[in-house]
Amino acid sequence: MSNILEIKDLHVSYGGIKAVKGITFDVEEGSIITLIGSNGAGKSTTLNTIAGLIKPESGSIFFEGNEITGKDPNFIVSSGITLVPEGRKIFPDMTVLENLKIGAYLRKDDLSDDIEWVYSLFPRLKERSWQLGGTLSGGEQQMLAVGRALMSKPKLIMMDEPSLGLAPIVVRDIFSIIREINKQGTTILLIEQNANMALKTANHAYVLETGRIILQGSGEELLGNESVRAAYLGS
Amino acid sequence: MFKKINNALNPSLRHPEQERASRINKVGAIILLAILYVFLFVLDNFLPAGSFTGMLIPVLRKGAIYALLCVSMNLLNGFTGLFSLGQAGFMLIGGYAYAILSIPASQHAAVYQYFDGGAIQFSIPEFFSSFLGAGLGSFVGSIICIIIAGVIAALFAALIGIPVLRLKSDYLAIATLGFAEIIRAIFQWNGFGIITNGSNLLRKYTALSDIRWDIGSVSLKFGTVFVFLIVTICILLIVLLINSSYGRAFNAVRDDEISAEAMGINLFKHKMMSFIISSFFAGVGGALLAMYQTTIQSAAFTSAMTYEILLMVVIGGIGSVSGSGIAAFLYIAANEWWLRFLDSGSIGSIEVSFFRGGFRKVIFSIAIMIIVLFFSRGIMGDKELSITGVINWFKNRKERKLAKKINASKEGE
Repeated sequence: MSNILEIKDLHVSYGGIKAVKGITFDVEEGSIITLIGSNGAGKSTTLNTIAGLIKPESGSIFFEGNEITGKDPNFIVSSGITLVPEGRKIFPDMTVLENLKIGAYLRKDDLSDDIEWVYSLFPRLKERSWQLGGTLSGGEQQMLAVGRALMSKPKLIMMDEPSLGLAPIVVRDIFSIIREINKQGTTILLIEQNANMALKTANHAYVLETGRIILQGSGEELLGNESVRAAYLGS
Repeated sequence: MFKKINNALNPSLRHPEQERASRINKVGAIILLAILYVFLFVLDNFLPAGSFTGMLIPVLRKGAIYALLCVSMNLLNGFTGLFSLGQAGFMLIGGYAYAILSIPASQHAAVYQYFDGGAIQFSIPEFFSSFLGAGLGSFVGSIICIIIAGVIAALFAALIGIPVLRLKSDYLAIATLGFAEIIRAIFQWNGFGIITNGSNLLRKYTALSDIRWDIGSVSLKFGTVFVFLIVTICILLIVLLINSSYGRAFNAVRDDEISAEAMGINLFKHKMMSFIISSFFAGVGGALLAMYQTTIQSAAFTSAMTYEILLMVVIGGIGSVSGSGIAAFLYIAANEWWLRFLDSGSIGSIEVSFFRGGFRKVIFSIAIMIIVLFFSRGIMGDKELSITGVINWFKNRKERKLAKKINASKEGE
């Protein structure tokens, strides 16, 4: 399989502070890739840079062979990459259905099939279709955030800490849905602090520390790695 | 574009229950509006002139104009979350554009007496009157002038939006406030006197009293009807916009910029769009205000005017169109009519020494403080007034009373 996303020597900084110091990695089409690392390792910065929310200092990002470095977020969304932001960030004063429609803002074609598809993935959202986003529980809001991102029909979906602040049983639900979405053909780039869950789900993983990739390998390899176990799995 | 506006009418976005309520509300609103227009027409023509109608007509006209100004400010401040204080500036541009384009050619020498009759020597209403007759000509001409006034205000918004909309929250407010003050200074400057008449009044342009229909010896007046017609159409357009997918994008930008951007919503483009549209309607409001006042002078368009509109928006509820409308009428009626007696020096025949010029403002300020204290989110919050909403409120009130009675009787046992 070919690489859908290629990152080459990416540097990002906020003012004078370097958050990402030259990382290089590939995302294979149809796979689940995860970046793990502690707070401040540069995971979110990397995702936000790919999504176009932050402009990189240097380095390049290729999506399906085309350079998208420093392009506007709306261009990146329309070319097929969608970000599920950290902390869900659904629109609290809009209904569930309106939230989904906002996700498809750049599309001009008929949405009804895709709304049905998202509802089939998340039956709970269908029941709450007319409810305001802000009244949903944390897990449901995360489902809505993922559903909203799916509405733009992305080829690559990037998730920033989907398990943040959720009960373990809900986390398991979310991850099973992530696998389901992946099975239906969407490539997934996931960043997580819940390394255990992420490594079990991912085909390939990268470990970030202070803005650099220090380790990589398949999910199982890293699960067995001594230093990863010590640093991120607490055993 | 049309597809996105069409989304507003797409029924699948609403719950079937809401859909039915919305149909009832639509039909009800049309009936109420029809009754309102008949009443306004009667008020314009057949009610005897007296101190009551003498106050009612101006209050209704000014209230309607301010309702539009409030809704246009609410679109920007309430629905898109851009705290802009440039309203008076755009109203000034709109009002002046309207006045300048509609002063009859024969009056130019008198109006621009210090500037050799001014540079612009044509009048749009006069042009239409030449083949449509005086009444219909002023009607069509003034509508065209109003649209041009809005477009010019929107053009200015597009120009200053490019630098200003990159600023956030308070800084945006300061920049737009500064813009409004600069515009006022420029319009007062004698250097542009051949167009703006410098610091002098503009007058003799087509006013509300010119909107009439002469049939033989009978002359039917349409002043108030005209104001309400323009305001209704404008507010309806804004409501359609708010309910379209553009409106949802505006809300998304207000609620969370990062999330909106991640959905592919171009922040700058949508802020710009909201700013330009809001300014267009501020310009239209300014033109209507010029028609209402019969004379216009840039010195009156101070930042206090913007604050007054902002106050009405806050009282009505930020994010509520109907709240803005209610607050505008209440504010204008209280300020111009109901509290006037406080300045008169007496209640009926009893002389009250402290009821003198300015006391009204004291009471008014206290009233506003009380409103803001007890309705911290405004009269309507972010809800909308609707017929079914009122019916449900009364129904629930009966149920609430019943529940109270049951509880009381239970306690009695």
